[in-house]
Amino acid sequence: MRDTFKPKIVVFCCNWCAYAGGDLAGISRYQIKPYFRVIRTMCSARVDPEWIMEAFRLGADGVMVAGCHPGDCHYIGGNYRTRRRVAMLRSLLKQFGLHSERLGLAWISAGEAEKFAKTMNSFIDRITELGPSPYRRKKANNETTGAKKETVDV
Amino acid sequence: MSEKIKLALAQGATCSGGDIAVLDLDVELLKLFEVVDLTFAPLATDIKFKDVEAMQDGEITICLYHGAVRNSENEHVAKLLRKKSKIMVAYGACAAFGGIPGLANVTTKNKILDTVYNETATTVNPEHTRPQTKYVDPDGHELELPELFEDVKALDDVVDVDYIIGACPPTREMNVQLLQVILDFVNGKAPLPPKGIILASERTLCDECPRKKPEKVIIDEIKSVDYTKLDPEKCFLEQGIMCFGPATRAGCDSKCIKVNMPCRGCMGPTAAVLDHGGSMLSAFTSILKVSGTETEIPEEEIEKLMEKIRDPLGTLYRFTLPKSLLKRVVKE
Repeated sequence: MRDTFKPKIVVFCCNWCAYAGGDLAGISRYQIKPYFRVIRTMCSARVDPEWIMEAFRLGADGVMVAGCHPGDCHYIGGNYRTRRRVAMLRSLLKQFGLHSERLGLAWISAGEAEKFAKTMNSFIDRITELGPSPYRRKKANNETTGAKKETVDV
Repeated sequence: MSEKIKLALAQGATCSGGDIAVLDLDVELLKLFEVVDLTFAPLATDIKFKDVEAMQDGEITICLYHGAVRNSENEHVAKLLRKKSKIMVAYGACAAFGGIPGLANVTTKNKILDTVYNETATTVNPEHTRPQTKYVDPDGHELELPELFEDVKALDDVVDVDYIIGACPPTREMNVQLLQVILDFVNGKAPLPPKGIILASERTLCDECPRKKPEKVIIDEIKSVDYTKLDPEKCFLEQGIMCFGPATRAGCDSKCIKVNMPCRGCMGPTAAVLDHGGSMLSAFTSILKVSGTETEIPEEEIEKLMEKIRDPLGTLYRFTLPKSLLKRVVKE
């Protein structure tokens, strides 16, 4: 399983730090496993908890939110909110039955290309170890039991 | 006006609060019965499924279905009444979003049956008897029981729904409005409103909250309603009480707030939001107070701060778990 499993990972990067860091990692030719998709947002605080849940619903195996270091937010305090939300979302996702490590949080500055590569690689490794998300398995099996919607013409 | 229209009050997985909410119309009931014939209403009339099955399709003008859909009988009632009714209304939080029964999605069907038929302190069941969907007694009579589903669903997951009315239960004011909508339609004064959520505001409860609005809300300490003396004028969040106002649709006339109780979210989310709990989570976490400068606080301390909120899933999705993005709890 571990040899063949290619995880799907969504990475939300803030425009000012993490995305620039990722960009630099690319220019600097750091090798990163190709199992993640980056979505750029203006600030990590722009990432609504709903989006993270939507990603899991659609079958993401892991979601990473990356922003500026605490104290360095382009919008002064956005990343403080991010980390509070992610902290509570982790305990919520744990209750939903997901491993709390499936939701990652990283602080990466525009210059930390190596950190970006390292963080991503280790996150991908961890998710690969954890295997497919139970929501993805549920979706694949289409095991929704019970009532199914039926449209009636009236 | 020529003929009376037909009204049905169908029940799913419900506490019958929906029926009582209709009864709460009191004197307005007379107006209702001037234009309405009560047909299928198991709590009030003696009618069997076969009587409904004998009706023509669309014969019932309006059906108020209350309760979630969680077993084959609920599903049968929903589908049958959908076929026989012109207008299907998901009436109340359970039919609209799954409601309190929807919290059964945190566990599985087997675990529920184990708890009920084995594990509670007062249960004596050495043979581990479980309800069967079919049973033939020694005399050859065949008995049937509905099958419990794995997932609890809202009404519109099962059938096409015309109108959704939230709240637990729908308030008297909402019922009076609904009655007016029916009256206007019957008398040909006004067409029916477009499909969707009706009798509610497009804004959040905070928008119409009668309490004093503070400039900035900060929660010093998370408190529990049962151990706190609540100030009737001050914002609940400011008092450290989890109030769902910021994430919940208005239209309930701030009933709970007026009797000094925080909002629990029975009106569901606003149209702009995909997930009620996620929306509340985001509002709530942002206003928790931390000591000192936030820059210096290590991540662990933030996690500890958030752990103070007990049972986030049960609190955030008290009424809307089957309508949330993730819908149910899974196993890793």
